[in-house]
Amino acid sequence: MDDDDRVFKALADSTRRHLLDRLFERDGRTLTELEAELEMTRFGVMKHLRILEDAGLVVTRRQGREKLHYLNPVPIRLIHDRWIDKYTEHRVAALADLKLELEETA
Amino acid sequence: MSTMTAQTTQVYSVFILATPEQIWEAITKPEFTEKYFHGATVAVRDGRRFTTIGDLSWDEEVLEEDPPRRLVHRWVAGYSEELAAEDPSRVTWEIEPQDDGTTLLTVVHDQLETAPKTAASVSGTGWMYVLSGLKTLLETGKPLAG
Repeated sequence: MDDDDRVFKALADSTRRHLLDRLFERDGRTLTELEAELEMTRFGVMKHLRILEDAGLVVTRRQGREKLHYLNPVPIRLIHDRWIDKYTEHRVAALADLKLELEETA
Repeated sequence: MSTMTAQTTQVYSVFILATPEQIWEAITKPEFTEKYFHGATVAVRDGRRFTTIGDLSWDEEVLEEDPPRRLVHRWVAGYSEELAAEDPSRVTWEIEPQDDGTTLLTVVHDQLETAPKTAASVSGTGWMYVLSGLKTLLETGKPLAG
């Protein structure tokens, strides 16, 4: 399995996407904090975090006795760069902004 | 989503097929940085980190320098007067060789609590653009985009 396979596999699960959403909202959370927001056992959350870590989407850092989880968006950016270059990016971003704006005002 | 405030500790990591020494050179020498760091020439010497983009030049204090494994420096967003007026934050580069010949590069940008505009500026595509450009440059010898 190459790096991209790991990223796609990690993202192909709604619980794992939800975990990334939580970290996107606020980074640097402990397992206990993340577990509190999910209807899942501690073991289940650990298993999902492990898959996200293997894909490089979550990076952990120790702070004192705590292990903090951070969202690492770089692997997603690398997939983005594979199909979207510097020139296409502006058009893609403009369309994405338009979609967001229309949906927010709808 | 767009109104959300940026994180005060941001962590970015990427595996690069290069040696720690090559990565160290690429982040401390201007002939490399100008190819991936938004055209900025960056030079780390004499305990300072000097940056030049176009007509703008500024420098930051180097807090720790342990080549080729670890570089910690102050961060001042000298590319914008508004951002540069905020408190200096801190950037840590960690370079860890792996068993498979790749090197894990981790950038931690923290102490951004009193620099919210700077935090927003470097998040999103900010650091990611720099790191994916650095990876492409070291692996292919070419900049990410013309």
